[in-house]
Amino acid sequence: MNAETEHPSYPHRHLLGIEGLSPLEITALLDRSEAYVDQNRQTDKKQSLLRGRTIINLFFENSTRTRTSFELAGKRLSGDVINMSVSTSSIKKGETLIDTAMTLNAMHPDVLVVRHPESGAVKLLSEKVNCAVINGGDGSHEHPTQALLDALTIRRRRGTLQGLSVAICGDILHSRVARSNIHLLNTMGARVRLIAPATLIPPGVERLGVEVFHNMEEGLRDCDIVMMLRLQQERMHGSFFPSVREYFAFFGLDYAKLANAKADALIMHPGPMNRGVEIDAEVADDFGRSVIREQVEMGVAVRMACLEILTENLDRPAQRNL
Amino acid sequence: MSVTDDTPGRVAYVNARLLDPASGLDAAGGLLSDGEVIVEAGAGLFDTGVPDGAQVVDCAGACLAPGLVDMRMQTGEPGEEHKETLATSGRAAVAGGVTSMVCLPNTEPVIDDMSTVEFVARRARKHGLAKVYCYGAITKGLEGREITEMAMLSEAGAVAFTDGLKTVIDTQVMCRALAYAGTFGFLLVQHAEDPSLAAGGDMNAGETATRLGLAGIPKQAEIIIVERDIRLLEMTGGRLHFAHLSTAESLDAVRRAKAAGLAVTCDTAPPYFALNELAVGDYRTFAKLSPPLRTEADRQAVIDGIKDGTVDVIASDHLPQDEEAKRLPFGEATSGGTGLETLLAVTLELVHNGHLDLLGALDLVTRKPAAMMGLDAGQLKPGAPADLVIFEPETGWQVTETKLHSKSKNSPFDGRPVQGRILRTVIDGRTVFELGA
Repeated sequence: MNAETEHPSYPHRHLLGIEGLSPLEITALLDRSEAYVDQNRQTDKKQSLLRGRTIINLFFENSTRTRTSFELAGKRLSGDVINMSVSTSSIKKGETLIDTAMTLNAMHPDVLVVRHPESGAVKLLSEKVNCAVINGGDGSHEHPTQALLDALTIRRRRGTLQGLSVAICGDILHSRVARSNIHLLNTMGARVRLIAPATLIPPGVERLGVEVFHNMEEGLRDCDIVMMLRLQQERMHGSFFPSVREYFAFFGLDYAKLANAKADALIMHPGPMNRGVEIDAEVADDFGRSVIREQVEMGVAVRMACLEILTENLDRPAQRNL
Repeated sequence: MSVTDDTPGRVAYVNARLLDPASGLDAAGGLLSDGEVIVEAGAGLFDTGVPDGAQVVDCAGACLAPGLVDMRMQTGEPGEEHKETLATSGRAAVAGGVTSMVCLPNTEPVIDDMSTVEFVARRARKHGLAKVYCYGAITKGLEGREITEMAMLSEAGAVAFTDGLKTVIDTQVMCRALAYAGTFGFLLVQHAEDPSLAAGGDMNAGETATRLGLAGIPKQAEIIIVERDIRLLEMTGGRLHFAHLSTAESLDAVRRAKAAGLAVTCDTAPPYFALNELAVGDYRTFAKLSPPLRTEADRQAVIDGIKDGTVDVIASDHLPQDEEAKRLPFGEATSGGTGLETLLAVTLELVHNGHLDLLGALDLVTRKPAAMMGLDAGQLKPGAPADLVIFEPETGWQVTETKLHSKSKNSPFDGRPVQGRILRTVIDGRTVFELGA
């Protein structure tokens, strides 16, 4: 029995969101992730920590990147990984989300990784199963592993998140990535700015502790990190901006706008990118400043750490399972 | 439950605290009914003894008031009997002390022709529970285009007109409907929500919705329609009523219109003065209502509106939804909450919290809705139907699924401790509900 066994640094059963996590809990997740970065760069990437464990990636929404990242993470830890893609249309034909949860639960998985187009759906599902649940993105609510991999990327480049000025730009309204990042960055002592046209800023968002800008030049001034978001046109009902051309001209990241940020500002994007829509192709590929591919790399490490920590917690007494 | 079909004889309700908002009576006393009507009610009525042959009901100091009149509820019959039938809503009503209720026309088929009005009335009468009246639709099929045969619907029994949960959005249609209804003195009831501004919304717009990643319905969706319709009323004349107002500004608009002498009234429902948007919490679909629960400031403003008389009536907004409609991700769940059985207890919170006195609170759920709907109900006067409720205003209980009689269990107050217990409900002189019986 070491201190970690008795007092786990991440004492929750699930990872449903960043909101409500403490700085220590976030740091614990990041520290654990860090160890996997080097391992993932070696020839032998495999460990046996999850031998005998079953992980189901249950995706109600199309995803290649996140699903692959979770799948690799599980396999590198020797878990048995099953991918289930359920189109929401077949769900609407009969079986409800809760039915699906109960059915899968009967197969005794250890971890469910769930992505769903409705906010709160992953939480609802987590209430009906005995295993650990990782939110792989729910509606416009949260995408916690994305915020963690973003934080790990920044921390490795800058040493800390404390005191950094981070601009999150674009489709904040529909973005779960933005919400998870706002919670994480604020919790870890960074300052968050949001930049978008007013149609893509959710009402009351300043109450989450952010500064809102409608002008890229002002919003990017002297910031350390520029996080671009994908325009989620599939979630847009009606017109939020007149044209992609106009959007790119005023809110797309190009070198002219980027010149307002610090000279060594990092450029981030959760992918998949719409080049020429929210980000100029050259900026996206900027060798010195763009860390977009590094984010993808960190994603696998973060997901390995989350799988490891949550399966460890499965063996603990239930008193602190939240 | 002792439900009898016998013609009731004379019943003497003794040792009661009589409460009659219409006459201002609040005194220890008794009430005598004969057959289906009240003979007399008053302090010291049975001082010289109970009349020979009368059945005696000892109230043991509990309150005796006119049965509640609920001016807006929905039943699932016809069309959605799996959610609620006239029998189950009738049982829920009498368990909540409701003796008359007016159901919305959002049935399948829509109550937009005389045969449906007659169907509902006939089916409800069969159960002998709460008296059921119906609204007629303002527009055919609730489609917002052509107005219904209001005068003929009225002759068939429709007591007022509304498109229920749908707003009459076309300005010209609403204008003509107001003018036409005004011709006959009919009341139009509008659910005020601009559908395009509210489109896709799941809860009140603002910080909480943003935090939860849910699409918001701005309060302006309600305010815009209230302000528009008041402008129309200025032009057309007639009588206009807004259903379940939930925002400070829409109440302000009604307050100003009343001061200007327009024939405008409004109601609210218990969720809007007892809950705020935080009740949505971690995606509680039972708190998904239409209009959505608003901010704490709006909740306070609704209470202020009730206190200063801007709000004329409290209605239950009873809207049963089964598990299939509620055990879903928040965005996919259907809105609506049951309310018949919690109407009195939650309304009494206004008394327990010092906002109203007991008579004032009862007035909002008895005399006023009865007067607005033109029903012979809501008063303890000689000759009136003996529709009564006996209750203990202080007795506490907890709202739980298992205690509710409605077929659907979607109470927004699920789990809430409340005060105010119904002991007995009487309709037309017959006891139709008795606690523990």
